[in-house]
Amino acid sequence: MGEQLLAFCEELRREGSAVGTSEIQDAFRALEIVPWTNPVDFKEALATTVAKSPRDREVFDLVFDRFFFRAAEQAALDNSDGSESETDPTRSSQISKEALYSLDSEQLAQAVREAIETGDESAMNELARLAIEAFGHHGESSGVVGVDLQRIRRGLGLRPDGKGEGEDEGRQPLDRDRMARFERQLRRELQRRQIARQGTLPPARPLSGLNRALPMRGAQDLAEVHKAVAQMKRRLATIGHDPRGAKKARTVDIRKTMRSSLETGGVPLNLSYRPRRPRKPEIYVLCDVSTSVSSASTFFLSVLHALHDSFRKLRSFVFIERISEVTGIFEDERDFAAISERITSEGGVADISGYTDYGRVWREFLDDVSSDLGPRSTVIVLGDARTNGRPPAAEAFAKVTERANRTFWLNPEPALYWNYGDSVMNAYIPYCDGVFECWQTEHLERFVDIVAAGRPTLERPRTPTTRHRY
Amino acid sequence: MADSVAAPPTSPAEVGDALREAAYLADESTALIAFLAQRLGKPVLVEGPAGVGKTELAKALSRATGRELVRLQCYEGLDEAKALYEWNYRKQLLQIQATASSGGGADALAEPVGADTPDTALGGIFTEEFLLERPLMRAIANPDPVVLLIDEIDKTDQEFEAMLLELLSDFQITIPEMGRIEATTHPIVLLTSNNSRELTEALKRRCLYLWLDYPSAEREIEIVRLHAPEIDKALATRLVEVIDMVRDLDLKKAPSIAESIDWARTLVLMGADDIDEKVFRDSLSIIIKHRTDLDLVADKVLPRLRRERSGGGGNGAGPSQNGG
Repeated sequence: MGEQLLAFCEELRREGSAVGTSEIQDAFRALEIVPWTNPVDFKEALATTVAKSPRDREVFDLVFDRFFFRAAEQAALDNSDGSESETDPTRSSQISKEALYSLDSEQLAQAVREAIETGDESAMNELARLAIEAFGHHGESSGVVGVDLQRIRRGLGLRPDGKGEGEDEGRQPLDRDRMARFERQLRRELQRRQIARQGTLPPARPLSGLNRALPMRGAQDLAEVHKAVAQMKRRLATIGHDPRGAKKARTVDIRKTMRSSLETGGVPLNLSYRPRRPRKPEIYVLCDVSTSVSSASTFFLSVLHALHDSFRKLRSFVFIERISEVTGIFEDERDFAAISERITSEGGVADISGYTDYGRVWREFLDDVSSDLGPRSTVIVLGDARTNGRPPAAEAFAKVTERANRTFWLNPEPALYWNYGDSVMNAYIPYCDGVFECWQTEHLERFVDIVAAGRPTLERPRTPTTRHRY
Repeated sequence: MADSVAAPPTSPAEVGDALREAAYLADESTALIAFLAQRLGKPVLVEGPAGVGKTELAKALSRATGRELVRLQCYEGLDEAKALYEWNYRKQLLQIQATASSGGGADALAEPVGADTPDTALGGIFTEEFLLERPLMRAIANPDPVVLLIDEIDKTDQEFEAMLLELLSDFQITIPEMGRIEATTHPIVLLTSNNSRELTEALKRRCLYLWLDYPSAEREIEIVRLHAPEIDKALATRLVEVIDMVRDLDLKKAPSIAESIDWARTLVLMGADDIDEKVFRDSLSIIIKHRTDLDLVADKVLPRLRRERSGGGGNGAGPSQNGG
């Protein structure tokens, strides 16, 4: 069993959760004192030692089920001859089975909704099986779990946003978490069936990919971005701060002064000062969320999300035609999906045409916000600089960059495409301290590296003295 | 109670029962992790939404084990002088002057620190006598085992987390002038976080992890009845139903368990025997603490209550809005 456990941890690592050796040791120690025979205790003891965040826990649950139930499935496969496994004694439903089996699809959909509303796990499980029976074309399946899942969801009239299809308006949308739980049940059951049908276990499915083009969704991708941004934080915090006004207002380190004063009989002749900590940067992030960057904006929003985790003094803005501050949304919400939804609904950034207007955005930013910009401010623009033929208003952008300490531009397009079509990247490049293409987490990491090394690739041609200082 | 300090628990169920006696209804995983924390001597990182009883768990553990609770409330800018220890400079200065004026110490004081003279004055002022203990130090130096609660660790800076590492893994604190202070007994350490930022991997690696969420309806009914025993079962059930309904809304601040309990007590005081529209509106401010939330709840929950009450009949009560 020890080997099994190691293999399990190995599997967790493959899925991208960081399981350290010390954590495995903890798991073993925990399992020495927890009876292995109780499945709940066993799982919880393992989870508490190796899964250290809700995200990790999600992965853990998935992997745990896959890993430990594979063995059980294998055994079931050997025993039964392909008949439906209703013999599982650990699960029971409060709803009587006869009642369930007599439902037609309409009623079934209703029952599912109710189960999701009440959050009754065992009923959900039972209904998941029934739904597969009803909509899964009686065992014939596409062979791809995701496709089957879609079909069943359509059949039940459930939409991912929780609203029922064709429902009347007054209906409460379903709780998303519970929806997700039901879908997990469905997915698990579908996998179980696939295993039973094919008589073999599917290859271990990787949950994450490190280097796909754009992290579109999913906790794992988000985690990647968070990692890169966490690095960025540490580096941004310690570099590029002009020690302006350095001589004023230093704090006396009483402890140190005391210690050195002992040489002079307790008279503090030499004052020791606290070391000057680099001041925390103020970051302004401007994020394009228009349709021309729609594939990238999820990525950008996740960058924003991660930035908010790391920086206290961060203000974020989204823009299309107009600019709108969304700092509050990030402070209220922790869940990434909820954030992107609220930004779409509350941002109010599209005006009439829905096309990006960089010129107007700069002017608005200049009017509303730039008075807050100062020598500690870093402005990061996430956008493709496609103005749809409108004037770029580079002079307004220049004023913004002049007020800020540093300005970086991350462009979601490969550098090859810049300045083709309606991209006016060249108009802005001279004013930025650094311009980077950024369409992979890798690029984000490189951006961090370069910024940290203190030598931006595209140094803008200027002498420090021309810069306006406050 | 005192003898339970010495004996570590032998099963998770035992911990669960002890917590129940201390008026805390722990679910299986909470009891298990509390058990593991005591047996393995590892700190527990408790995360979850506000008001699910993270801090209360520490208090209950302290009651259940008969240990003293040492609490460190974290905030932005908390540093080691406030969390660990501080030298009592005034006392040290007085001591130096006293030594100097009494004559004998003058030579010794002139020597630099670390000279090989048997320095009575210098060694003398960096002793425990001049040490001001802060919560973490108090937890470590206490001869009796304690429960140490580090509350809202996510409010501090990462630097503070790093400082905690030595304490959490080895239960010791290094003071440059004095050397290492090791814990004589193993404290139970709980760290709570509202998940307002990611904690560092290094910290997480040293902890057991417990995610506390809102309890299931049955458990919440139990909790409410435990803390407001006068409430009858039907009303408690109804209350939890309504709370659940409210939590499902997209509120700025969802009602916590503490607020459910407060509400239950209020209802008892009001002499209500059912939650109808009027009672709900009168006591709404107990569970909802935001102006915008009040509107939302008035919008979404009140009509539902009305519908349920009137049983689908034409509701005579007009669309009266709650005034807050």
